Amino acid sequence: MEPLRMETENLTVHYGKSVGVRNVSLPVYDRKITALIGPSGCGKTTFLRALNRMHDLNPIVRIEGRVRLDGEDLYAPGVDPVAIRRRVGMVFQRPTPFPTMSIFENVVAGLRLVGVRDRERLMGVAERSLKAAALWDEVKDRLHEPAVGLSGGQQQRISIARALAVEPEVLLMDEPTSALDPISTQAIEDLLAGLKEQVTIVIVTHNMQQAARVSDYTAFFLNGDMIEFGPTERLFTNPSDPRTEAYITGRFG
Amino acid sequence: MRSRIYGKLGDRAFTALLVVLGLAVMLVAVLLAWELASGGAEAFRTFGFWGFASGSAWNAVAEQFGAWPFLLGTLITSAVALALAFLPALAAAIAIAEYAPRWLAEVVAYLIDLLAALPSVVYGLWGIFVLVPLVRDRIEQPLFLWSAEHAPALMGVLGPPTGIGMLSAVLVLALMIVPYASSLARDAIHMVPRDQREAMYALGATRWEVVRRVVLPYARGGIFAGVVLALARAIGETMAVTMLIGNSGQLPYSVFGPAATMASLIANEFAEAEGGLQLSSLLAVGFLLLLLSLAVNLIADFILRRMSVGEGRK
Ligand SMILES: Nc1ncnc2c1ncn2[C@@H]1O[C@H](COP(=O)(O)OP(=O)(O)OP(=O)(O)O)[C@@H](O)[C@H]1O
Ligand SMILES: [Mg+2]
Repeated sequence: MEPLRMETENLTVHYGKSVGVRNVSLPVYDRKITALIGPSGCGKTTFLRALNRMHDLNPIVRIEGRVRLDGEDLYAPGVDPVAIRRRVGMVFQRPTPFPTMSIFENVVAGLRLVGVRDRERLMGVAERSLKAAALWDEVKDRLHEPAVGLSGGQQQRISIARALAVEPEVLLMDEPTSALDPISTQAIEDLLAGLKEQVTIVIVTHNMQQAARVSDYTAFFLNGDMIEFGPTERLFTNPSDPRTEAYITGRFG
Repeated sequence: MRSRIYGKLGDRAFTALLVVLGLAVMLVAVLLAWELASGGAEAFRTFGFWGFASGSAWNAVAEQFGAWPFLLGTLITSAVALALAFLPALAAAIAIAEYAPRWLAEVVAYLIDLLAALPSVVYGLWGIFVLVPLVRDRIEQPLFLWSAEHAPALMGVLGPPTGIGMLSAVLVLALMIVPYASSLARDAIHMVPRDQREAMYALGATRWEVVRRVVLPYARGGIFAGVVLALARAIGETMAVTMLIGNSGQLPYSVFGPAATMASLIANEFAEAEGGLQLSSLLAVGFLLLLLSLAVNLIADFILRRMSVGEGRK
């Protein structure tokens, strides 16, 4: 069996009286890419945000069950969500450059938080992260220009570089390519393969080809339930649940 | 088909109405400026524009009029009041928008907004009956006595500890402009998109770090707009200042001693002005006040354009 990095056990997320996801138990294997697929509104984002305690920001959310990172429960009393988010990074669906910061400052924003001041070190990290996000060549001559001047695809890669700069152990990506053109999408898919040598990745995607191309494991969600989980190849070629089969063959969703 | 024509006609009529109303407002503003300028023309002719603006004597008997003490009084009181009000106003806005539980935030926001709704004569009365004795007994007299013993040179700077004067006026003015600075800052902070905050949280930021690195920079345009509004308000504030500042254009001003602003001068002297050159000088001061407000707004607008983030920028 593969080594585990994260794991959920009977995870249920309530939004007030309604339920976002219900009773999900899912392993996240170390330095593998796990894809979450399923039709709109099935709970993929809800599930993902439970993995780095982003739901803490929403007072109506209530969480039941366990989420473990290296065996420790993220929601145990006394666990600091800030520390968790440093270890479990997140890239959102829409690019979110900080508009008052330059490209460089955007990328090193997370390092500034932990008090890194050394210019050379910051520059080194910025370069490494931008290269990892396949953006370095495009921006290396304009690092000190505002990040909002970039195209949508470039902005999304800034968001990825920013998340990578703090060297998270796990990276959560919520449809990172849904707003991008095919070339930017390709660039990001290519970088995922390289990233997984260091980082464990959980990626939400609407695009089944993408899930099939990039991921090692896939989980299929439907109406708040996790219907099926397995190695990507097996799940796509030989799904065990008829609903999974219906979804991947495009019969609904 | 019919409804489309109606729609077009309606659009046209509405546009025309807007244009007429807009022009009317501009016309009133221009007329106002014109009235002040022509009323003050005699003073400007007698002393020259710069001579009037920089002259420091104001003497009805000798028919000598200069606006400088009042210009200075307005600049000092409004700048100091703004300096005093800014941090509390911003802190209140941050507390309301980011930290306080919903019910408390609503109560506090309501109370702060209420401060803006109080008539300024009420501030004046409160100043005279509550603040002035307090300032006199608790701040001015102890400081004055202390300086008499230890630093006699300071006594001139501090001025007479009577409670009526610059210090009391500035304190009340600061209180009066807090809601203006605060409510615009609050709105701007509310308008910072959630995904901006979340992006910073996701990097492992604490709440304060999110406020400092994302919320305040993003909201800086609105915060600045509040500052400008507060400043404009302070520059024009008349009643409360007139009641508290002591109305003396005698330079040099001291910290505790009486002073005057352009607005307080006009309010104080207009009723008993003898006509002729004195009245014209008062109108000329009004014209300068108008110019000052206009300058503040133009400069602010220029800065605001460069500062705004998000919608304002595109
Ligand atoms: N902040 C919220 N408050 C209340 N209900 C919410 C909230 N966010 C999501 N939900 C509900 O939870 C369910 C799951 O939503 P979620 O956003 O996780 O779906 P998703 O799979 O990410 O969909 P999509 O593919 O469209 O992004 C939906 O029924 C949604 O209406
Ligand atoms: Mg989603």
